[in-house]
Amino acid sequence: MNKATLASALGSPSAFGQSQFAFMRGNAFEARVKADGGAELLRLVHERLDPGAVPPQGAAVPDLTAVGPEGRAARTALALREATEAGAWTLLDHPLLALDVAGSPAFLEPDAVVVHPDGSWTVVEIKSFPMLDGSADAAKVGAAARQAAVYVLALEQVANRLGADRLGADRVVAEPQGRAQISNVRHRILLVCPKDFSNLPAASAVDVRKQRSVTRRQLDRLTRIEDIADSLPDGTCFAPDLPAADLTAAVESVPATYAPECLATCELAFHCRARSRADGAVTSLGRSLRAELGGLTTVDDVLAAARGTTGDPTDPAVAALRRAAELRAEALGSRSPGHDRSLDHKGTPCP
Amino acid sequence: MSLITTLARLEAVDTGRAQPLATVRHRHLSERPLVFVPLTTAGEAGAPLGALVGTDRDAPRLLVVPQPRDRDLRFTFLAELADVVLPYVDAYGDAVEAAERSETDPETGKRVKVEVELCADAPQLIVPSRAGIDFVRLLGRSMRFRRTAEQDPETPHPAPPRVPLLGRWLTHFGERARVPGSALLLALTDVLSRHWATGQSSLEDQHLGALLAWIAPPEGEPGAEAALRAELQRDAKGQLLCPPAGPATDPAFDNKLLAPAIERYDRARTALGAAEDGLEADDRLGELTAAEQHIRDLVESRTRPTWDAVWRGLDLLRGLPEGAHAADRWTRDRWSFTGHRDGVLAGEPPQPRRDDAVTAANKLATREREQARLEAQEALDDPLVMAGRRLAGEAFAGEVTDVVMAYSESKRPSPRPLVTIRTDDRPHLGERAKVYRSLGGKPQSAEFVEYVEREDGDGDGDGDGDRVRGRGEDGGADAGTDADEAAAGLSVVLRIVDKMGRGKEPEPGSVPEKGDQICFTLFEHEQRGGAKLPDPEETPWTHGGPPTESTEAAEATGATGRTGAAAAALPEPDPVTEEDLL
Repeated sequence: MNKATLASALGSPSAFGQSQFAFMRGNAFEARVKADGGAELLRLVHERLDPGAVPPQGAAVPDLTAVGPEGRAARTALALREATEAGAWTLLDHPLLALDVAGSPAFLEPDAVVVHPDGSWTVVEIKSFPMLDGSADAAKVGAAARQAAVYVLALEQVANRLGADRLGADRVVAEPQGRAQISNVRHRILLVCPKDFSNLPAASAVDVRKQRSVTRRQLDRLTRIEDIADSLPDGTCFAPDLPAADLTAAVESVPATYAPECLATCELAFHCRARSRADGAVTSLGRSLRAELGGLTTVDDVLAAARGTTGDPTDPAVAALRRAAELRAEALGSRSPGHDRSLDHKGTPCP
Repeated sequence: MSLITTLARLEAVDTGRAQPLATVRHRHLSERPLVFVPLTTAGEAGAPLGALVGTDRDAPRLLVVPQPRDRDLRFTFLAELADVVLPYVDAYGDAVEAAERSETDPETGKRVKVEVELCADAPQLIVPSRAGIDFVRLLGRSMRFRRTAEQDPETPHPAPPRVPLLGRWLTHFGERARVPGSALLLALTDVLSRHWATGQSSLEDQHLGALLAWIAPPEGEPGAEAALRAELQRDAKGQLLCPPAGPATDPAFDNKLLAPAIERYDRARTALGAAEDGLEADDRLGELTAAEQHIRDLVESRTRPTWDAVWRGLDLLRGLPEGAHAADRWTRDRWSFTGHRDGVLAGEPPQPRRDDAVTAANKLATREREQARLEAQEALDDPLVMAGRRLAGEAFAGEVTDVVMAYSESKRPSPRPLVTIRTDDRPHLGERAKVYRSLGGKPQSAEFVEYVEREDGDGDGDGDGDRVRGRGEDGGADAGTDADEAAAGLSVVLRIVDKMGRGKEPEPGSVPEKGDQICFTLFEHEQRGGAKLPDPEETPWTHGGPPTESTEAAEATGATGRTGAAAAALPEPDPVTEEDLL
């Protein structure tokens, strides 16, 4: 399902898009890094992650083209196995990995995966934001690390499957929780960025263990997609050509909890925001607000409680709200019209 | 976010208009600020696309880079920017007043007062949003290590003369903007959202158009609708009516309007280069000029709405009276400006790529101290901010119900009057906790003695009711956890300990009187400096040892593979690649 089309059909189109300048720059930089059979890229991997190994010379770059995502993923797995067995530097340019997300496979395409001579695998992430004097924008690095962590997880699944093929099914079952720990996927990924204001590549190893475990926990906890589908009323359909009202009802039937952070990531965020505002949910003003307001979740409830018309005065949240409202009114009340504050409060600025 | 701010946001949702978060303006605004509305090329680092800049709201200077990938055109842009910014900055460097600063005498090691110059006023740069501050830093970083032909005749791509200097100034502005409460470089969205709470999240407040829509919605329209329009409404060509405040542009603008215009410009330039005779060249020059003008119009159409919005925002801020302590913080900005001016005049090298350990520690300590100072001063200047501190139990206000004269038990007894204050606040007072109030602009301290249960509805209680609450921590129960108790209220007994003069009798006006409304804070009003750090040459080995020339030089040699006599005096420029494809 294309969420962007769906959002447009709902009347709240998403505002995502990529400028062709950024797109061109990203592609040009990636091509430059991978130029010449990936010589520069492998040199960086060798220098930053595996200085003990033999220096790479003319690495293998297997052809990964195949028909359809399944075909490409299978081709990638095959290439990974061959490269691991060969024990030589290998660059996999845009491999395709399958990751099981909530019961359905998702296909992922890392910028590159490098196979080391010792048979271990490294995810390479090429980004076009600059590394200035050795440091890059923390938010962007964080996003890149989270992205790479997903690739690491997907690679681990590939490793598991390959391991199962190689070692027979017994060993996999013998592992606790049925999850084989095959450690040839490195947990330090290589982030490649332009150096300063040039287009020369600079690389840094980023440890993604934390992001990897966070992502894994989130993936494990995701409600399985069949369960969500089961909970929907029969006949729910998200086809964008449906009338807006039907479509809205269909989207409403899937529970969503909007918070302002959604705006940065989700195509449907403007739709959810409109609904959330219409409901008067306080979360639409920020998650942190919820913490102070106890059981009060709507704007009207909170304001009524603050004004003393509703709410239980022994509830600490309500009592604190009333006190806050009182103090606020007192501070603002002293600013009556025609009353020059700056003079009045000279010397004793607080009442 | 404190509960008072939260409440203000909810009220804004309810009323459809932003609600005040401050009753005074907590930042100094210059009479003549320099507004800078930059745009950058998507995906590139330090490749500006254009800017509006100037001090006159009706006559901004439009600067445009018709092809952001062309190094020469970028240099032209930066040189033009330097022509606007540097004269503005220099104008403030000339007017000085005499001031005193204490310095350590190098021979005796004592602190002595020295007469120095302090610039009477300082320049002020205003950018629309926080991203603009980052962009100023980035521009500064990209320029300050450039070499001009005069500095190094062999440099492959010499920068125009004043560009490295502009880089140093922009770096200074960007660095200063990290100091809390400073006003040399301000992001308008930050300042506006400091003074008004909107009915949207702080994330959405970073959109200047939406923020202004909440603060000053058009007649008869609720803020939420106006903000939504500012955020999302597009014209028939799919362009945002209220373009983003930059420096990033809207992808739809890049793809639909800018990219074709730049392509046309490139074509015209190639054609001009290929022209065979003068007549043909004239025609093609005309086409090139037209193509360039088209890009200029496009850039202006994206920056002008933001430019006007910035000035509207400044008008709104000027509507608030300036807080009493904002001038004090502006004086610190003037010191900072004067210091950098002196550094430039003395021929110091540009700010290093990375600070040494001592400089970095000093900067952090300054920021922490200024943060504490800002919080204290804002509360003292503004009852609404103080209300937040009172709610948090960090201050209390009330009426003096009793004053009992008492004396210290030393050989020369000094006045230590006991003051009883009736308050509805719930301060978290520990045993003998120190509290402060402002007396003629100076802090007077007092010591907490005990809580006294207030007699019901008795306005002029004699101050020694049942002393059941005892001393110390138990009184610091969370505000509002027990509503009944809050309703009953408390009286706090304090012992005033200073600012009463040297005599046996306190100086008139230095002790509160019965019936006075006063406010005490648990936080200090003035910040003390921390322990002095060693000079950079004395950096201990635990912190990397003294900075050495060799590390810098080695790095530079490694990067560019060249050394020279000239390189020793100046930090190495960034490596440049021959072709200029960013």
